[in-house]
Amino acid sequence: MAAEFIPEAEPLHPRDNYLNVRYGVGSWLLTRDHKRIALLYLASITFFFFLGGLFALLIRLELLTPGGDLVQSETYNKLFTMHGVVMIFFFLIPSIPAVLGNFLIPMMIGAKDLAFPRLNLLSWYIYIVGAAFTMWAVVHGGVDTGWTFYTPLSTAAANGHVVATAVGIFITGFSSILTGLNFIVTIHTMRAPGLTWFRLPLFVWSHYATSLIMVLGTPVIAVTLLMVGVERIFHLGLFDPALGGDPVLFQHLFWFYSHPAVYIMILPAMGVISEVVTTFSRKNIFGYRFVAFASVAIAVLGFLVWGHHMFVSGQSVYAGMIFSLLSFLVAIPSAIKVFNWTATMYRGSISWRTPMLYAFGFIGLFTIGGLTGLFLATLGVDVHVHDTYFIVAHFHYIMVGGAIMGYLGGMHYWWPKISGKMYPEGWARFAALIVFIGFNLTFFPQFVLGYLGMPRRYHAYPPEFQVLNVMSTAGASVLGVGYVIPMIYFAWSMRYGKNAPANPWRSTGLEWQTTSPPPTENFPVPPVVTSEPYVYATESEVVG
Amino acid sequence: MADPRRLPHGEDGGPATGPGYLQHHFESLVQQKDASSLGMWLFLVTEILFFGGLFLVYTIYRWSYPLAFADASRHMDVRLGTTNTAVLIISSLTMAMAVHSAAAGRRRLIIPFLAATMLLGTTFLGIKAIEYTEHIRHHLFPGPWFHYPGPQIHARPAELFFSLYFAMTGLHALHMVIGLGILSVLVVQSRRGRYTGQWHTPIEMSGLYWHFVDIVWIFLFPLLYLIGRHVH
Amino acid sequence: MRPDLPLFPSQASAMAPHVDALYFYLLAVSAFFSLLIAILVIFFAIKFRRRSEDEVPVGNEGSLKLELAWTVIPLLITMTFFVWGAKLYFRMNRPPNDATQIFIVGKQWMWKLQHQDGQREINELHVPVGTPVRLTMTSEDVIHSFFIPAFRMKMDVIPGRYTQQWFRATTPGDFHIFCSQYCGTKHSAMIGTVHVMEPTAFQAWLSGGSGSESLASAGSKLFQQHACNTCHRNDSQARGPNLEGLFGKPVQLQNGQTVTADEQYIRESILMPSAKMVAGYQPIMPTFQGLISEEGILQLVAYIRSLSPSPGSAAAPSPGGMAPPVKNSSPEREAPK
Repeated sequence: MAAEFIPEAEPLHPRDNYLNVRYGVGSWLLTRDHKRIALLYLASITFFFFLGGLFALLIRLELLTPGGDLVQSETYNKLFTMHGVVMIFFFLIPSIPAVLGNFLIPMMIGAKDLAFPRLNLLSWYIYIVGAAFTMWAVVHGGVDTGWTFYTPLSTAAANGHVVATAVGIFITGFSSILTGLNFIVTIHTMRAPGLTWFRLPLFVWSHYATSLIMVLGTPVIAVTLLMVGVERIFHLGLFDPALGGDPVLFQHLFWFYSHPAVYIMILPAMGVISEVVTTFSRKNIFGYRFVAFASVAIAVLGFLVWGHHMFVSGQSVYAGMIFSLLSFLVAIPSAIKVFNWTATMYRGSISWRTPMLYAFGFIGLFTIGGLTGLFLATLGVDVHVHDTYFIVAHFHYIMVGGAIMGYLGGMHYWWPKISGKMYPEGWARFAALIVFIGFNLTFFPQFVLGYLGMPRRYHAYPPEFQVLNVMSTAGASVLGVGYVIPMIYFAWSMRYGKNAPANPWRSTGLEWQTTSPPPTENFPVPPVVTSEPYVYATESEVVG
Repeated sequence: MADPRRLPHGEDGGPATGPGYLQHHFESLVQQKDASSLGMWLFLVTEILFFGGLFLVYTIYRWSYPLAFADASRHMDVRLGTTNTAVLIISSLTMAMAVHSAAAGRRRLIIPFLAATMLLGTTFLGIKAIEYTEHIRHHLFPGPWFHYPGPQIHARPAELFFSLYFAMTGLHALHMVIGLGILSVLVVQSRRGRYTGQWHTPIEMSGLYWHFVDIVWIFLFPLLYLIGRHVH
Repeated sequence: MRPDLPLFPSQASAMAPHVDALYFYLLAVSAFFSLLIAILVIFFAIKFRRRSEDEVPVGNEGSLKLELAWTVIPLLITMTFFVWGAKLYFRMNRPPNDATQIFIVGKQWMWKLQHQDGQREINELHVPVGTPVRLTMTSEDVIHSFFIPAFRMKMDVIPGRYTQQWFRATTPGDFHIFCSQYCGTKHSAMIGTVHVMEPTAFQAWLSGGSGSESLASAGSKLFQQHACNTCHRNDSQARGPNLEGLFGKPVQLQNGQTVTADEQYIRESILMPSAKMVAGYQPIMPTFQGLISEEGILQLVAYIRSLSPSPGSAAAPSPGGMAPPVKNSSPEREAPK
């Protein structure tokens, strides 16, 4: 990470890179190269993203009119269940970690690969096997428990292939555990000489925090879904109220993972934003240690707030108060990050390239998503908005406005490194704008709907809610277009795009110091790190 | 090998010089070993959380229905449970001996100790199978056929107890089966002479796993068989 | 009546204005910070836009003062949310002593409601203006949630236990009841209407009901029918605890613990007698699971409650799983914040 820019005189397309070193299906399906595995994940999650998007589109079409007229209520319930399952477990959780994290972490720390390359490939296969179970369930009639699998609905009443879906998620969970484990071990043991913990890029810090959650949280959801499965298959009555079991206990176990899982989705996106904001402001990050520790604080505090999903589940008033208090605390590190990103831009040299446009969008939408989270942490208000469209809007601001904006920003930022080609800037800026507009049109009306009292997961609704629902559906179609455009031009650029230089953004990141695309072992000469990350300027000033 | 931290290495898995077990992306054997150990310990942490979910559920229900759980645990066969505990503790010893033999470079002793461990593991599963058969024969498997022989007032929470019993011991038994699978791979690799005093990481890591599975049983045994037996 | 594009729900309970006040406070703070960040980002993006490709700005040193400021200030602001929200929540979970009782059983996909005097309703609820109403709820199958947006009131309805919530309607009119916890195929059809009536109209409605029998007397019949009285009696033949005067009193259990005999305890003792056995009695009571419906159990609870001499219906003992009601807490004392 030298302070000066590297002149862009090196050969544009190295003769040997990880993409052309070998050809043939076998060379991909049996690869142990973290970069190729990242691309395997990219292909799979892109499929699931559009599948989940298709379900979303059908949901929005149904909600265009108050009556339940497009599909049957059972079909509708299956649609939102499959939308949630596919988007959360098969797209969002693996999205940034398994694609960008896999591709970049070894390069950012100057390693040749992750610590366990075979385990990395195994993670992808486990993901595929889990996905196959879930897809089998989708094709054979779906499942209608909601992605939350609440008992006793899931164990005693629901229709469809609950067990196949649960088994699919259970298996995929191990993919996530192994990825997290691989990242932690890699970050601990494989850093290049001179790369101390406080010289790590913030992308690596945020993935470290994410991996902690994957490793510590995922086993709990796995065993919980296992309990649901055996209850359904063998009639073991672990959550059955008829035997004295407690269905709310399931919710505790479920949210013990699934709340931290939200941070699995957003922390990596925060890592992307830290990289993008610094590169396109040509500034070192404001408050490096605060941003780094904020990631860890989010991961740790995130395990202590699950009870805020149960403010109206009859838990004791005092438990509610403790969970409310802790939920406010977990909001603070997120606020710290937003302020630091904004401060980083101050007196920077700000480029309006596409990744930065996504970062602008992320900061704005994540701020709204985070602040509306405070409404839900506030006990007296949560009672009213709990399980309404307010919550739907809130978590889509975090997961779509935050995580997916971060993912798309990151994809644009690192596309030259991944593919060795430049994407078309004009189209990309246009698509970013469409995504931003479509997103807000889709989800902002849902805040209003939620406060009005429209419950989530409603197939039909009272007619006075129609106007807002029509706005939301209109927005969703715009958003859909916004997601298809990048698909097209990324694919187009692989063949027709301009060759990318090693470091098109003049970033200081270690991953930009090697060729685009990189060779199999990433660096021709193992790098040695001599300074902190994001050092663009030779001198610096005190602000504030 | 002047400096073990800087071994030369070659293309994709096959080192140019240096021992064949140094993977291409590591700089040194020390680094490779550190990574394996850290990875295994992390994996065991995930396993603790995995079983932890069930232990939590057990604790909560035991707290809610102490009398019924105490009553239900009287339907366990303590003799078989104690025997199985002893079998597993001895198997941990033989496993430790296998690791020790590998580390000391006594390659001939590895296979006998691994085989002994596998034999004990299989014995455990055999005894467990006998217990399961007895329970099922006595209608103690939860579900429509469940019939509780004790006081009927405890019947339903007792069914909950047996749900937990089968879930927890079943999951433990599954881990035993996986452990036996790993050990058989180790036996095959040992026959091929893969492990040396210098490099035997798989044996060591499998040993950690085996001990972990034994420790889970050390917790399961008192919780399911012993606590509350003498409460009236 | 309703505009095509409503932006705000009706306020029809004593709690609604308080919840809305807190909501507007949150909204104001959120709008301020969202705009602050958005304006700063846009302003910096324009003011400091890159003017030449080789431009390198000066680096920054960070600032501990700023970091502390944007850690501590948001923390303090969120603590105001916490305190205000917790106060409201506390009040929502403290039904006043003089509340009227209504019992609700949820099942896929309908609401069955019973008034204390025996009137039954399905998917409709008639309540008078100005009277606090306490809901005691349970489910026959899966988890539901009883939600009246206009009252800003919601509580899950859970099989195997009672949950409680209360409201005091302030505005006559018809308002939505929704099931807000996803409960299966016809979740969105598990809706109803609450009719808030002037007290006189409500009295007329009450007396218009035919063939209604009070819950306690229906419970008394069940008590005989299931032969509960063969063991639970107040003479030397009794093999079970005497239930007279039991409700609301502490009970000494076999394991040394003491519990209060509330709705939840009585329900559990009928269905899961082994969970909390009373000291000095043999474990001989069979479970009545599957033999008595949830509505029947509610009637039995009402009957056992009626066996306790109490100074009128006003002295409602504490509901299960909830802290005891605040003494003398009449709804009028609900001062804002």
